[in-house]
Amino acid sequence: MLLAGAGLAGAWIARQAPDAGIISAFPTVARAQNPPSAAPTSPAAQARSGLNIVVLDPAHGGTDPGARGAQGIRESDLVLDLTFQVRRALEAQGYQVLQTRSGNEDPSFDDRSAMINAQRGAVFVTLHVSSMGLPGTARVYAMSDLPARVGGGLPSWDYAQAPYLPLSRKFGDAVQGQLAQRFKGSPGGVQTASVRQLRTVAAPAIAVEIASVSVQDRGDLDRMMPGVADAIARGVAAFRPSYVLAGEAGGQP
Amino acid sequence: MNGNWRTWLLAALCIAVVLAAIYLPTLKRRMNRAAKTPAPTEEQARRELSPVPGSSHDPVVKARLYWASPENENALAAVTVSLALSSDPVLRAKQVLNTLLAGPVDSDLRTLPPDAALLAFYLLPDGTAVADFSEALATSTPSGIQSEQLAVDSIARTLEANVPQIRRLKVLIHGQELDTLAGHLDLTQMFVVNTKAAQPGALSFGLPARPPASATAGQETGH
Repeated sequence: MLLAGAGLAGAWIARQAPDAGIISAFPTVARAQNPPSAAPTSPAAQARSGLNIVVLDPAHGGTDPGARGAQGIRESDLVLDLTFQVRRALEAQGYQVLQTRSGNEDPSFDDRSAMINAQRGAVFVTLHVSSMGLPGTARVYAMSDLPARVGGGLPSWDYAQAPYLPLSRKFGDAVQGQLAQRFKGSPGGVQTASVRQLRTVAAPAIAVEIASVSVQDRGDLDRMMPGVADAIARGVAAFRPSYVLAGEAGGQP
Repeated sequence: MNGNWRTWLLAALCIAVVLAAIYLPTLKRRMNRAAKTPAPTEEQARRELSPVPGSSHDPVVKARLYWASPENENALAAVTVSLALSSDPVLRAKQVLNTLLAGPVDSDLRTLPPDAALLAFYLLPDGTAVADFSEALATSTPSGIQSEQLAVDSIARTLEANVPQIRRLKVLIHGQELDTLAGHLDLTQMFVVNTKAAQPGALSFGLPARPPASATAGQETGH
Protein backbone atom coordinates (compact mmCIF):
# COMPACT_ATOMS: atom_id res chain seq x y z
CA MET A 1 0.00 0.00 0.00
CA LEU A 2 1.32 3.43 -0.79
CA LEU A 3 0.95 6.79 0.80
CA ALA A 4 -1.33 7.76 -2.04
CA GLY A 5 -4.02 6.03 0.03
CA ALA A 6 -3.75 8.83 2.52
CA GLY A 7 -5.91 10.94 0.23
CA LEU A 8 -8.87 8.98 1.55
CA ALA A 9 -8.15 10.42 4.94
CA GLY A 10 -9.55 13.79 3.92
CA ALA A 11 -12.94 12.27 3.26
CA TRP A 12 -12.73 10.31 6.48
CA ILE A 13 -11.94 13.42 8.47
CA ALA A 14 -14.72 15.32 6.73
CA ARG A 15 -17.19 12.62 7.78
CA GLN A 16 -16.16 12.98 11.41
CA ALA A 17 -16.03 16.75 11.65
CA PRO A 18 -17.21 19.10 12.79
CA ASP A 19 -20.32 17.59 14.41
CA ALA A 20 -18.35 14.86 16.08
CA GLY A 21 -16.12 17.54 17.52
CA ILE A 22 -12.94 15.83 16.41
CA ILE A 23 -11.24 18.74 14.74
CA SER A 24 -10.58 21.88 16.66
CA ALA A 25 -9.12 24.65 14.56
CA PHE A 26 -7.57 27.48 16.48
CA PRO A 27 -7.07 30.91 15.07
CA THR A 28 -3.52 31.96 14.54
CA VAL A 29 -4.11 34.87 16.87
CA ALA A 30 -4.94 32.54 19.72
CA ARG A 31 -1.70 30.66 19.11
CA ALA A 32 0.29 33.82 19.10
CA GLN A 33 -1.28 34.96 22.34
CA ASN A 34 -0.67 31.61 24.01
CA PRO A 35 2.77 30.45 23.05
CA PRO A 36 3.99 27.22 24.62
CA SER A 37 4.87 28.18 28.14
CA ALA A 38 6.51 24.93 29.18
CA ALA A 39 9.62 25.13 27.09
CA PRO A 40 9.95 28.58 25.64
CA THR A 41 11.78 28.63 22.35
CA SER A 42 13.26 31.46 20.36
CA PRO A 43 10.93 33.25 17.93
CA ALA A 44 13.18 32.16 15.06
CA ALA A 45 12.91 28.53 16.08
CA GLN A 46 9.13 28.78 16.40
CA ALA A 47 8.83 30.42 13.03
CA ARG A 48 10.61 27.60 11.22
CA SER A 49 9.10 24.73 13.23
CA GLY A 50 6.66 22.58 11.29
CA LEU A 51 4.75 21.41 14.32
CA ASN A 52 1.27 22.90 14.48
CA ILE A 53 -1.01 19.88 14.70
CA VAL A 54 -1.14 17.07 17.22
CA VAL A 55 -3.10 13.94 16.35
CA LEU A 56 -4.19 12.08 19.47
CA ASP A 57 -5.09 8.42 19.16
CA PRO A 58 -7.13 6.87 21.97
CA ALA A 59 -6.28 3.22 21.28
CA HIS A 60 -8.84 0.43 20.90
CA GLY A 61 -12.60 1.18 21.15
CA GLY A 62 -15.73 -0.43 19.80
CA THR A 63 -15.64 -4.17 20.30
CA ASP A 64 -11.97 -3.98 21.30
CA PRO A 65 -11.72 -2.90 24.94
CA GLY A 66 -7.94 -3.30 25.10
CA ALA A 67 -6.52 -4.21 28.50
CA ARG A 68 -9.10 -5.08 31.13
CA GLY A 69 -8.68 -4.94 34.89
CA ALA A 70 -10.27 -7.12 37.53
CA GLN A 71 -12.38 -4.16 38.65
CA GLY A 72 -14.00 -3.80 35.24
CA ILE A 73 -11.58 -1.09 34.15
CA ARG A 74 -11.32 -0.94 30.34
CA GLU A 75 -8.35 0.54 28.56
CA SER A 76 -10.53 1.87 25.73
CA ASP A 77 -12.60 4.00 28.16
CA LEU A 78 -9.61 5.26 30.11
CA VAL A 79 -7.63 6.38 27.09
CA LEU A 80 -10.60 8.30 25.75
CA ASP A 81 -10.87 10.25 29.01
CA LEU A 82 -7.11 10.79 28.96
CA THR A 83 -7.27 12.00 25.36
CA PHE A 84 -9.74 14.76 26.23
CA GLN A 85 -7.43 15.95 29.01
CA VAL A 86 -4.35 15.91 26.78
CA ARG A 87 -6.34 17.76 24.14
CA ARG A 88 -7.27 20.53 26.58
CA ALA A 89 -3.63 20.89 27.66
CA LEU A 90 -2.46 21.13 24.04
CA GLU A 91 -5.22 23.51 22.98
CA ALA A 92 -4.26 25.77 25.87
CA GLN A 93 -0.86 26.05 24.19
CA GLY A 94 -2.44 26.90 20.84
CA TYR A 95 -2.03 23.62 18.96
CA GLN A 96 -4.64 22.28 16.61
CA VAL A 97 -5.72 18.89 17.90
CA LEU A 98 -7.28 16.02 15.94
CA GLN A 99 -8.56 12.80 17.44
CA THR A 100 -8.73 9.44 15.68
CA ARG A 101 -11.89 8.71 17.63
CA SER A 102 -14.08 10.71 19.99
CA GLY A 103 -16.50 7.99 21.03
CA ASN A 104 -16.67 4.23 21.27
CA GLU A 105 -15.60 3.53 17.68
CA ASP A 106 -12.70 1.36 16.58
CA PRO A 107 -11.04 2.72 13.44
CA SER A 108 -8.52 0.35 11.87
CA PHE A 109 -4.80 0.91 12.35
CA ASP A 110 -4.60 2.19 8.78
CA ASP A 111 -7.56 4.55 9.20
CA ARG A 112 -5.87 6.06 12.22
CA SER A 113 -2.58 6.40 10.31
CA ALA A 114 -4.40 7.87 7.32
CA MET A 115 -5.69 10.71 9.47
CA ILE A 116 -2.21 11.96 10.35
CA ASN A 117 -0.61 11.03 7.04
CA ALA A 118 -2.94 13.52 5.35
CA GLN A 119 -1.58 16.33 7.56
CA ARG A 120 1.53 18.43 7.22
CA GLY A 121 3.42 19.55 10.29
CA ALA A 122 1.78 17.12 12.67
CA VAL A 123 2.91 14.71 15.35
CA PHE A 124 1.12 11.57 16.50
CA VAL A 125 0.55 10.35 20.06
CA THR A 126 -1.23 7.03 20.65
CA LEU A 127 -2.44 6.59 24.23
CA HIS A 128 -2.55 3.28 26.12
CA VAL A 129 -2.99 1.79 29.57
CA SER A 130 -0.95 -1.32 30.32
CA SER A 131 -1.95 -4.61 31.91
CA MET A 132 1.17 -4.73 34.04
CA GLY A 133 4.02 -2.61 35.33
CA LEU A 134 4.53 -0.49 38.40
CA PRO A 135 1.25 1.36 39.04
CA GLY A 136 1.59 5.11 38.79
CA THR A 137 4.34 5.04 36.17
CA ALA A 138 4.27 5.95 32.49
CA ARG A 139 6.36 4.79 29.55
CA VAL A 140 6.89 6.30 26.14
CA TYR A 141 7.66 4.08 23.15
CA ALA A 142 8.99 4.89 19.71
CA MET A 143 8.98 2.34 16.89
CA SER A 144 11.89 -0.07 16.79
CA ASP A 145 14.14 -0.11 13.73
CA LEU A 146 12.54 -0.49 10.31
CA PRO A 147 14.15 -1.23 6.95
CA ALA A 148 15.28 1.88 5.14
CA ARG A 149 13.67 2.61 1.79
CA VAL A 150 15.65 1.06 -1.03
CA GLY A 151 15.77 3.05 -4.26
CA GLY A 152 13.40 5.83 -5.25
CA GLY A 153 9.69 5.88 -5.83
CA LEU A 154 6.81 6.53 -3.53
CA PRO A 155 7.40 5.93 0.15
CA SER A 156 6.03 2.65 1.42
CA TRP A 157 2.88 2.84 3.51
CA ASP A 158 3.92 -0.25 5.45
CA TYR A 159 7.18 1.38 6.54
CA ALA A 160 6.00 5.00 6.58
CA GLN A 161 7.57 5.52 9.99
CA ALA A 162 11.08 4.53 8.85
CA PRO A 163 12.38 8.02 7.88
CA TYR A 164 10.92 9.55 11.04
CA LEU A 165 12.54 7.19 13.58
CA PRO A 166 15.22 9.65 14.79
CA LEU A 167 12.64 12.43 15.25
CA SER A 168 10.18 10.06 16.93
CA ARG A 169 12.85 9.02 19.42
CA LYS A 170 13.73 12.63 20.11
CA PHE A 171 10.03 13.43 20.59
CA GLY A 172 9.70 10.39 22.86
CA ASP A 173 12.64 11.47 24.98
CA ALA A 174 11.11 14.93 25.40
CA VAL A 175 7.80 13.51 26.63
CA GLN A 176 9.37 10.72 28.73
CA GLY A 177 11.61 13.27 30.45
CA GLN A 178 8.55 15.24 31.52
CA LEU A 179 6.73 12.10 32.68
CA ALA A 180 9.74 10.91 34.69
CA GLN A 181 9.70 14.17 36.64
CA ARG A 182 6.09 13.63 37.68
CA PHE A 183 5.83 9.86 38.06
CA LYS A 184 8.54 8.24 40.14
CA GLY A 185 9.70 4.89 38.79
CA SER A 186 9.12 5.83 35.16
CA PRO A 187 12.09 5.40 32.82
CA GLY A 188 14.26 8.41 32.08
CA GLY A 189 14.24 7.94 28.31
CA VAL A 190 12.13 6.63 25.48
CA GLN A 191 11.86 2.85 24.92
CA THR A 192 11.57 1.16 21.55
CA ALA A 193 9.04 -1.51 20.64
CA SER A 194 7.47 -2.89 17.49
CA VAL A 195 4.15 -1.11 17.99
CA ARG A 196 1.84 -1.87 15.05
CA GLN A 197 0.08 1.50 15.12
CA LEU A 198 3.31 3.47 14.83
CA ARG A 199 4.70 1.61 11.81
CA THR A 200 2.40 3.24 9.24
CA VAL A 201 2.59 6.80 10.56
CA ALA A 202 4.50 9.22 8.32
CA ALA A 203 5.33 11.73 11.07
CA PRO A 204 7.08 11.84 14.42
CA ALA A 205 5.05 9.33 16.44
CA ILE A 206 5.09 7.93 19.96
CA ALA A 207 3.00 5.65 22.15
CA VAL A 208 2.39 6.64 25.77
CA GLU A 209 1.39 3.79 28.10
CA ILE A 210 0.45 4.38 31.72
CA ALA A 211 0.35 1.62 34.34
CA SER A 212 -2.01 -0.05 34.81
CA VAL A 213 -5.52 -1.50 34.62
CA SER A 214 -4.53 -3.80 37.50
CA VAL A 215 -5.07 -1.03 40.09
CA GLN A 216 -7.83 -1.67 42.62
CA ASP A 217 -9.34 1.77 42.24
CA ARG A 218 -9.85 3.52 38.92
CA GLY A 219 -9.42 6.79 40.81
CA ASP A 220 -5.68 6.06 40.96
CA LEU A 221 -5.53 6.29 37.18
CA ASP A 222 -7.90 9.27 37.00
CA ARG A 223 -5.58 11.15 39.36
CA MET A 224 -2.64 10.46 37.02
CA MET A 225 -4.36 11.94 33.99
CA PRO A 226 -3.81 15.69 34.55
CA GLY A 227 -0.09 15.08 35.14
CA VAL A 228 0.19 12.88 32.05
CA ALA A 229 -1.67 15.47 29.97
CA ASP A 230 0.55 18.28 31.18
CA ALA A 231 3.71 16.22 30.59
CA ILE A 232 2.69 15.42 27.02
CA ALA A 233 1.87 19.06 26.28
CA ARG A 234 5.22 20.19 27.69
CA GLY A 235 7.01 17.43 25.79
CA VAL A 236 5.41 18.58 22.55
CA ALA A 237 6.50 22.14 23.27
CA ALA A 238 10.04 21.01 24.05
CA PHE A 239 10.21 18.98 20.85
CA ARG A 240 8.68 21.67 18.63
CA PRO A 241 11.91 23.45 17.63
CA SER A 242 13.38 20.13 16.41
CA TYR A 243 10.62 19.56 13.86
CA VAL A 244 11.53 21.33 10.66
CA LEU A 245 9.62 20.53 7.48
CA ALA A 246 11.22 19.62 4.16
CA GLY A 247 12.44 22.56 2.16
CA GLU A 248 13.29 24.54 5.25
CA ALA A 249 16.58 24.85 7.05
CA GLY A 250 17.70 21.55 8.51
CA GLY A 251 15.20 19.74 6.26
CA GLN A 252 13.08 16.90 7.39
CA PRO A 253 12.40 13.62 5.58
CA MET B 1 -18.93 -59.86 -32.47
CA ASN B 2 -21.42 -57.27 -31.20
CA GLY B 3 -23.03 -59.87 -28.99
CA ASN B 4 -19.66 -60.77 -27.40
CA TRP B 5 -18.87 -57.15 -26.64
CA ARG B 6 -22.21 -56.66 -24.91
CA THR B 7 -21.74 -59.83 -22.88
CA TRP B 8 -18.31 -58.76 -21.62
CA LEU B 9 -19.58 -55.29 -20.74
CA LEU B 10 -22.53 -56.73 -18.86
CA ALA B 11 -20.24 -59.09 -17.00
CA ALA B 12 -17.88 -56.24 -16.04
CA LEU B 13 -20.79 -54.14 -14.78
CA CYS B 14 -22.12 -57.05 -12.74
CA ILE B 15 -18.71 -57.59 -11.15
CA ALA B 16 -18.44 -53.86 -10.35
CA VAL B 17 -21.89 -53.86 -8.72
CA VAL B 18 -21.03 -56.93 -6.65
CA LEU B 19 -17.72 -55.43 -5.51
CA ALA B 20 -19.42 -52.12 -4.62
CA ALA B 21 -22.06 -53.97 -2.64
CA ILE B 22 -19.33 -55.78 -0.70
CA TYR B 23 -17.27 -52.61 -0.07
CA LEU B 24 -20.17 -50.27 0.77
CA PRO B 25 -20.75 -51.46 4.37
CA THR B 26 -16.99 -51.21 5.06
CA LEU B 27 -16.91 -47.66 3.70
CA LYS B 28 -19.92 -46.73 5.80
CA ARG B 29 -18.28 -48.13 8.94
CA ARG B 30 -15.11 -46.10 8.23
CA MET B 31 -17.12 -42.91 7.69
CA ASN B 32 -18.99 -43.41 10.96
CA ARG B 33 -15.70 -43.99 12.80
CA ALA B 34 -14.17 -40.83 11.28
CA ALA B 35 -17.22 -38.77 12.24
CA LYS B 36 -16.96 -39.95 15.84
CA THR B 37 -13.23 -39.18 16.12
CA PRO B 38 -12.85 -35.62 17.49
CA ALA B 39 -10.52 -33.21 15.73
CA PRO B 40 -7.15 -32.95 17.47
CA THR B 41 -7.29 -30.23 20.08
CA GLU B 42 -4.55 -27.80 21.04
CA GLU B 43 -4.11 -29.77 24.23
CA GLN B 44 -3.43 -32.91 22.19
CA ALA B 45 -0.97 -30.99 20.07
CA ARG B 46 0.69 -29.82 23.24
CA ARG B 47 0.94 -33.38 24.55
CA GLU B 48 2.45 -34.53 21.29
CA LEU B 49 4.98 -31.74 21.16
CA SER B 50 5.67 -31.03 24.77
CA PRO B 51 8.07 -32.02 25.89
CA VAL B 52 10.00 -32.92 22.79
CA PRO B 53 11.63 -36.00 24.22
CA GLY B 54 15.30 -35.50 24.76
CA SER B 55 16.95 -38.51 23.27
CA SER B 56 19.21 -40.45 25.57
CA HIS B 57 21.98 -39.51 23.14
CA ASP B 58 21.35 -35.77 23.61
CA PRO B 59 23.99 -34.25 25.85
CA VAL B 60 22.87 -32.37 28.92
CA VAL B 61 23.94 -28.77 28.55
CA LYS B 62 23.41 -25.51 30.37
CA ALA B 63 20.61 -23.75 28.52
CA ARG B 64 19.78 -20.10 29.10
CA LEU B 65 16.08 -19.29 29.28
CA TYR B 66 14.63 -15.82 29.59
CA TRP B 67 11.79 -15.18 32.01
CA ALA B 68 10.79 -12.01 33.87
CA SER B 69 13.39 -10.66 36.26
CA PRO B 70 12.55 -11.09 39.96
CA GLU B 71 14.03 -7.64 40.58
CA ASN B 72 12.18 -5.88 37.80
CA GLU B 73 9.04 -7.29 36.26
CA ASN B 74 9.55 -5.09 33.21
CA ALA B 75 12.85 -6.74 32.33
CA LEU B 76 14.00 -10.22 31.39
CA ALA B 77 16.51 -12.27 33.31
CA ALA B 78 18.46 -15.25 31.99
CA VAL B 79 18.05 -18.42 34.03
CA THR B 80 20.51 -21.27 33.46
CA VAL B 81 18.81 -24.67 33.31
CA SER B 82 20.37 -28.10 32.66
CA LEU B 83 18.57 -29.61 29.67
CA ALA B 84 19.20 -32.51 27.30
CA LEU B 85 19.34 -30.64 24.01
CA SER B 86 19.52 -32.10 20.54
CA SER B 87 22.19 -30.93 18.12
CA ASP B 88 19.45 -30.63 15.48
CA PRO B 89 18.46 -26.94 15.52
CA VAL B 90 14.73 -27.57 15.01
CA LEU B 91 14.49 -30.16 17.79
CA ARG B 92 16.67 -27.98 19.98
CA ALA B 93 14.43 -24.95 19.39
CA LYS B 94 11.34 -27.00 20.25
CA GLN B 95 12.99 -28.26 23.42
CA VAL B 96 13.96 -24.81 24.70
CA LEU B 97 10.64 -23.20 23.71
CA ASN B 98 8.62 -25.93 25.40
CA THR B 99 10.69 -25.47 28.53
CA LEU B 100 10.14 -21.71 28.28
CA LEU B 101 6.40 -22.28 27.92
CA ALA B 102 6.40 -24.64 30.92
CA GLY B 103 7.52 -21.62 32.94
CA PRO B 104 9.99 -20.94 35.74
CA VAL B 105 9.79 -22.31 39.27
CA ASP B 106 8.22 -19.03 40.40
CA SER B 107 5.11 -18.85 38.23
CA ASP B 108 4.86 -15.09 38.82
CA LEU B 109 7.88 -14.71 36.54
CA ARG B 110 6.21 -16.33 33.52
CA THR B 111 6.38 -14.35 30.32
CA LEU B 112 4.04 -16.61 28.32
CA PRO B 113 0.55 -17.80 29.22
CA PRO B 114 0.42 -21.25 30.86
CA ASP B 115 -2.17 -22.53 28.36
CA ALA B 116 -0.14 -21.55 25.29
CA ALA B 117 1.50 -24.32 23.28
CA LEU B 118 4.02 -24.56 20.48
CA LEU B 119 2.20 -26.20 17.58
CA ALA B 120 4.99 -26.28 15.00
CA PHE B 121 8.48 -24.98 14.40
CA TYR B 122 10.31 -24.64 11.10
CA LEU B 123 13.78 -23.41 10.21
CA LEU B 124 14.64 -22.28 6.70
CA PRO B 125 18.17 -22.57 5.31
CA ASP B 126 18.69 -18.79 5.52
CA GLY B 127 18.20 -18.82 9.29
CA THR B 128 14.54 -17.73 9.25
CA ALA B 129 12.60 -19.53 11.95
CA VAL B 130 8.81 -19.85 11.98
CA ALA B 131 7.24 -20.60 15.34
CA ASP B 132 3.55 -21.46 15.29
CA PHE B 133 1.85 -21.10 18.65
CA SER B 134 -1.66 -22.00 19.77
CA GLU B 135 -4.30 -19.31 19.94
CA ALA B 136 -3.83 -18.99 23.70
CA LEU B 137 -0.61 -17.05 23.12
CA ALA B 138 -2.69 -14.26 21.57
CA THR B 139 -5.79 -14.53 23.73
CA SER B 140 -4.07 -15.00 27.12
CA THR B 141 -1.05 -12.71 26.87
CA PRO B 142 -1.96 -9.58 28.86
CA SER B 143 -2.81 -6.78 26.42
CA GLY B 144 -0.29 -3.95 26.45
CA ILE B 145 2.89 -2.79 24.74
CA GLN B 146 5.05 -3.72 27.70
CA SER B 147 3.58 -7.17 28.34
CA GLU B 148 3.49 -8.16 24.67
CA GLN B 149 7.05 -6.97 24.09
CA LEU B 150 8.21 -8.96 27.12
CA ALA B 151 6.52 -12.11 25.78
CA VAL B 152 8.10 -11.91 22.32
CA ASP B 153 11.48 -10.82 23.70
CA SER B 154 11.57 -13.86 25.98
CA ILE B 155 11.05 -16.14 22.96
CA ALA B 156 13.57 -14.33 20.77
CA ARG B 157 16.26 -14.06 23.45
CA THR B 158 15.86 -17.72 24.45
CA LEU B 159 16.29 -18.83 20.84
CA GLU B 160 19.25 -16.48 20.41
CA ALA B 161 20.98 -17.93 23.47
CA ASN B 162 20.49 -21.59 22.56
CA VAL B 163 20.07 -22.02 18.81
CA PRO B 164 22.77 -20.02 17.04
CA GLN B 165 21.52 -21.03 13.57
CA ILE B 166 18.42 -18.84 13.97
CA ARG B 167 18.75 -15.29 12.69
CA ARG B 168 15.19 -14.06 12.56
CA LEU B 169 11.84 -15.19 13.84
CA LYS B 170 8.32 -15.12 12.49
CA VAL B 171 5.56 -15.75 15.00
CA LEU B 172 2.34 -17.35 13.75
CA ILE B 173 -0.80 -18.01 15.74
CA HIS B 174 -2.52 -21.27 14.83
CA GLY B 175 -0.87 -21.17 11.41
CA GLN B 176 -2.01 -17.62 10.67
CA GLU B 177 -0.23 -14.28 10.55
CA LEU B 178 -1.93 -11.90 12.97
CA ASP B 179 -1.70 -8.11 12.86
CA THR B 180 -0.75 -7.94 16.53
CA LEU B 181 -0.10 -10.29 19.42
CA ALA B 182 -2.75 -8.88 21.76
CA GLY B 183 -3.61 -5.51 20.24
CA HIS B 184 -0.24 -3.77 20.24
CA LEU B 185 2.89 -5.66 19.19
CA ASP B 186 3.33 -6.01 15.43
CA LEU B 187 3.35 -9.66 14.33
CA THR B 188 3.38 -8.92 10.60
CA GLN B 189 7.13 -8.34 10.83
CA MET B 190 9.98 -10.62 11.71
CA PHE B 191 12.03 -10.26 14.85
CA VAL B 192 15.78 -10.26 14.57
CA VAL B 193 17.00 -13.02 16.84
CA ASN B 194 20.71 -13.28 16.40
CA THR B 195 22.09 -9.85 15.68
CA LYS B 196 25.67 -11.14 15.51
CA ALA B 197 24.84 -13.78 12.91
CA ALA B 198 22.54 -11.54 10.88
CA GLN B 199 24.00 -10.40 7.61
CA PRO B 200 24.72 -6.68 7.33
CA GLY B 201 22.04 -6.42 4.65
CA ALA B 202 19.43 -8.29 6.67
CA LEU B 203 17.27 -5.21 6.98
CA SER B 204 16.83 -5.06 3.24
CA PHE B 205 14.70 -8.22 3.55
CA GLY B 206 12.13 -6.14 5.38
CA LEU B 207 13.09 -7.06 8.89
CA PRO B 208 12.96 -4.62 11.76
CA ALA B 209 16.04 -4.89 13.92
CA ARG B 210 15.82 -5.85 17.53
CA PRO B 211 15.17 -2.68 19.47
CA PRO B 212 18.50 -1.46 20.78
CA ALA B 213 16.95 0.34 23.72
CA SER B 214 14.14 -2.11 24.33
CA ALA B 215 12.56 -2.17 27.71
CA THR B 216 13.59 -5.77 28.08
CA ALA B 217 16.23 -6.85 25.66
CA GLY B 218 19.76 -6.76 26.82
CA GLN B 219 18.92 -6.69 30.50
CA GLU B 220 19.92 -9.96 31.98
CA THR B 221 21.16 -11.36 35.20
CA GLY B 222 22.75 -14.72 35.82
CA HIS B 223 21.13 -17.27 38.08
